[in-house]
Amino acid sequence: MKITVRVNGTSTEREVEPRLLLVQFLREVCGLTGTHVGCETSLCGACTVLVDGQAVKSCTMLAVQADGADVTTIEGLAKNGDLHPVQQGFWECHGLQCGFCTPGMIMAGVQLLDRNARPSREDICRGLDGNLCRCTGYSHIIDAIAHAARSRKP
Amino acid sequence: MKNVVGKPVKRVEDPRLIQGKATYVDDLSLPGMLHAAVVRSPHAHARITAIRTEAAKALPGVKAVLTGADVNPHVTMVSSPDVMPGQKSPKHTVLAQDRVYYVGHAVAVVVATDRTIARDALDLVEVDYDALPAVTEMEKAIEKGSPLTHPELGTNVAYTWDLQGGDAAAGFKAADRVLRVRMRHPRVIPMPIEPRGCVTSWQAGDESLTMWTSTQIPHLIRMLLPKLIGVPEHKLRIVAPEVGGGFGAKLNLYPEELICCHLTRRLGLPVKWIESRRENAATTIHGRDQIGDYEIAVKKDGTLLAIKSRTLADLGSYLQMGTPAIPTLTGLMLPGCYKLRGVDIKVTGVHTHKMATDAYRGAGRPEATFTIERIMDIVAAELELDPIEVRVHNYVKSTEFPFKSVGGVTYDSGDYAGTLKKAMTLAGWEKLHKDRDAARRDGKLCGVGLSTYVEICSFGPSSMMSAGGWEWGSVRVEMSGQATVITGATPHGQGQETSFAQIAADRLGIDMADVTVLRGDTSVAPYGRDTYGSRATAIGGTAILMCADKIIAKAKILAAHLLKSTPKQLEFKGGRFFVRGKTAKALTWKELASEAYNARHLPKGFEPGLEASSFFEPPNCTFPFGTHIAAVEIDRDTGEVQITKYVAVDDCGNRINPLLVEGQIQGGIAHSIGQALTERTVYGEDGQLVTGEFMDYALPRASDIPAYVMGMTVTPSPSNPMGVKGVGEAGTIGAAPAIANAVVDALSTLGVRHLDMPFTPERVWRAIHDTASRPVVGNESKKGVKK
Repeated sequence: MKITVRVNGTSTEREVEPRLLLVQFLREVCGLTGTHVGCETSLCGACTVLVDGQAVKSCTMLAVQADGADVTTIEGLAKNGDLHPVQQGFWECHGLQCGFCTPGMIMAGVQLLDRNARPSREDICRGLDGNLCRCTGYSHIIDAIAHAARSRKP
Repeated sequence: MKNVVGKPVKRVEDPRLIQGKATYVDDLSLPGMLHAAVVRSPHAHARITAIRTEAAKALPGVKAVLTGADVNPHVTMVSSPDVMPGQKSPKHTVLAQDRVYYVGHAVAVVVATDRTIARDALDLVEVDYDALPAVTEMEKAIEKGSPLTHPELGTNVAYTWDLQGGDAAAGFKAADRVLRVRMRHPRVIPMPIEPRGCVTSWQAGDESLTMWTSTQIPHLIRMLLPKLIGVPEHKLRIVAPEVGGGFGAKLNLYPEELICCHLTRRLGLPVKWIESRRENAATTIHGRDQIGDYEIAVKKDGTLLAIKSRTLADLGSYLQMGTPAIPTLTGLMLPGCYKLRGVDIKVTGVHTHKMATDAYRGAGRPEATFTIERIMDIVAAELELDPIEVRVHNYVKSTEFPFKSVGGVTYDSGDYAGTLKKAMTLAGWEKLHKDRDAARRDGKLCGVGLSTYVEICSFGPSSMMSAGGWEWGSVRVEMSGQATVITGATPHGQGQETSFAQIAADRLGIDMADVTVLRGDTSVAPYGRDTYGSRATAIGGTAILMCADKIIAKAKILAAHLLKSTPKQLEFKGGRFFVRGKTAKALTWKELASEAYNARHLPKGFEPGLEASSFFEPPNCTFPFGTHIAAVEIDRDTGEVQITKYVAVDDCGNRINPLLVEGQIQGGIAHSIGQALTERTVYGEDGQLVTGEFMDYALPRASDIPAYVMGMTVTPSPSNPMGVKGVGEAGTIGAAPAIANAVVDALSTLGVRHLDMPFTPERVWRAIHDTASRPVVGNESKKGVKK
């Protein structure tokens, strides 16, 4: 099937197999390997991207379902060399160690703050329920998102 | 930034990681690269009667389908270097020969032009099995008449290991009371979020092989591979690119890596293999899995005299590299922070039809700490003493270090009472109990628990290792005056690209931004013993420090020559070399490096360049310690345990980067919380791994984690010049027993004396309702002392 997906502002038109996953499309067709695959069952959240502004586990969405959509991946967050506040928060607060879950965590964090600009610690935990991290013990991740919330312009 | 050691410097690794610019194994793509997928056994134990590969081979895009008969003659599986005397374990092959003995056992490999085609082809490989009886429980496995994991061995007992330390018999003779308890240390699955994977590439022109693999140990792999795949060491390059978590799961050489080394040679093209999550759960090493029967000899005043320990350790079906050694670490550290007259320890390693166990974060020490810290609470409960008093009474005192424990190891330094006191203050120990008692009056199930741990890490002197306990490093001051640091340690998330840059920058007196740290590639770092056992900073960091000192000494000779003085007259401060008292006329690194490499004005006999390498051989391991305190509330209706307060005071010696130390401890605690509360490895009676996905193997989530209160004390280690101790595993070792003691404290009002992990709602609910199972702690009165 022929699909057109706008990824980080650039349109890609491609003939794809109907069974191709969105994450495969991003990684293998677009060459954007920042989005990771950790479980293939939408449980770990490493593959989280934004599809038309909504956080989606790209390992369980078909590329053809994203036809015509606007997708933002981790590579598309920083603008003109300036880190997104959530990225900056992760750096400031040591919100990552091995970095493998991080792109998905950051995308979930972006979505969380889009929905709730001033989240409590409980709100942040709930917002990260779909994302697993095995390194940090989460505390610094929660700090990182709280940091981003504080630094975003009202 | 200057003077950075000891400061919470932000990580230099992060910009690439937070922008999706890092390169993990699965991000690599080479021209012509093929994709491998592995056909795995659905049976825990079966004879293979036929394998039909024709249909798979006929699928367009499939390049090869190979079985054990095709591959095993060319590639040998790594054997455990730690095999016990007289050990009976199977000869494992990279692909099953004619029998499979665990679910997930690799039976055949498919290679195709595309990953999805390779996976499609898996379903077309037909394997006929004759199922055989499965051995899944170690207690049943050692019973007479049990089916055998490996019939050719004639027994399920792989080995027994004894440790007689001090005089345990005298301890039992002097005892007023002997307490008995049985504890289970449940099997857990490491589950790094990045599964394993590798890319192999054979260069036919120079007959060399490169493997990029998601590993903690590229150097150990390079050392082991020649004998296994028949490529000589100097023709091997092993790269650990960005690695998405290890926790011991990637401290191994696995069959798939060996198979892919063979495939690229056989097929002449690069080969990639990436593990699925289910494969990761079923065929990457598991941790823990011991059952212990403990007898504890005590005086009625709470003096701990001796411990007799009889443990069974489930090794799984075959040996990975460290499998048999892990339960022995439990024995070494069983005495914990305490002075005992003796220990009498016997470990029985047992084979079952499950995945091999090996070094998962903590590796044997969590079991030791759990045992001794539960014992201290049990002693306190049985003798009606205060758990704090019992601990303090038996501690090794801060004035008694170095201290040779009855476990046979020499603790380097410590102040156990110091961390205990600090943790109690931070936790508000008195108020915590007042609150608990008030909540109990309201009918709630609340408990407070603590653990004081000491662990062994920074392995180690080479005399106690099977392949060298040193670490290697190199530092080069470039012509620009900037420095390149190369380490043989292989950090994979711990952050040593940052902390080693801090060490080098401070020693050389240069800006941290002018230091780059390279690691994880055997062609860049020729020697290394890699990252495991919380050893990278204590040993690898020291090697970097030694290199810097060598370069400074060399630079002094050059500076003295250029300043027309002598090295003895020379001073080095803030990155500048000058004749004592003449600071105005100083030479910078840039000026000296320019001279050192241009080599036109060198002193006689002076080798050009400013470069040094060092091996650091540690004189001893290090022994980090600390106190963790947990308060819990248990929902009486659901059995759910909630951690309402968590305090961790850890002493890992000097801290190079406190931010990274905090991250390591918090991450370690989360592993331990997982083990204590949520993670449960279930094999069915037929040997099926029931908890093989994140859907049923419950890693802790953000909402499972309490807000940590962190504190520290600093007792430098004498085992290295930086006084650091290592911190990668401390949290994992200290946390579970604190949580367990809190849970048992909460349930003690119902008469519960001990409960095994994990404290899942079901298990706790049953403990609340099933009074028949109590008491678990046995009791034997001696000398007329009756309770």
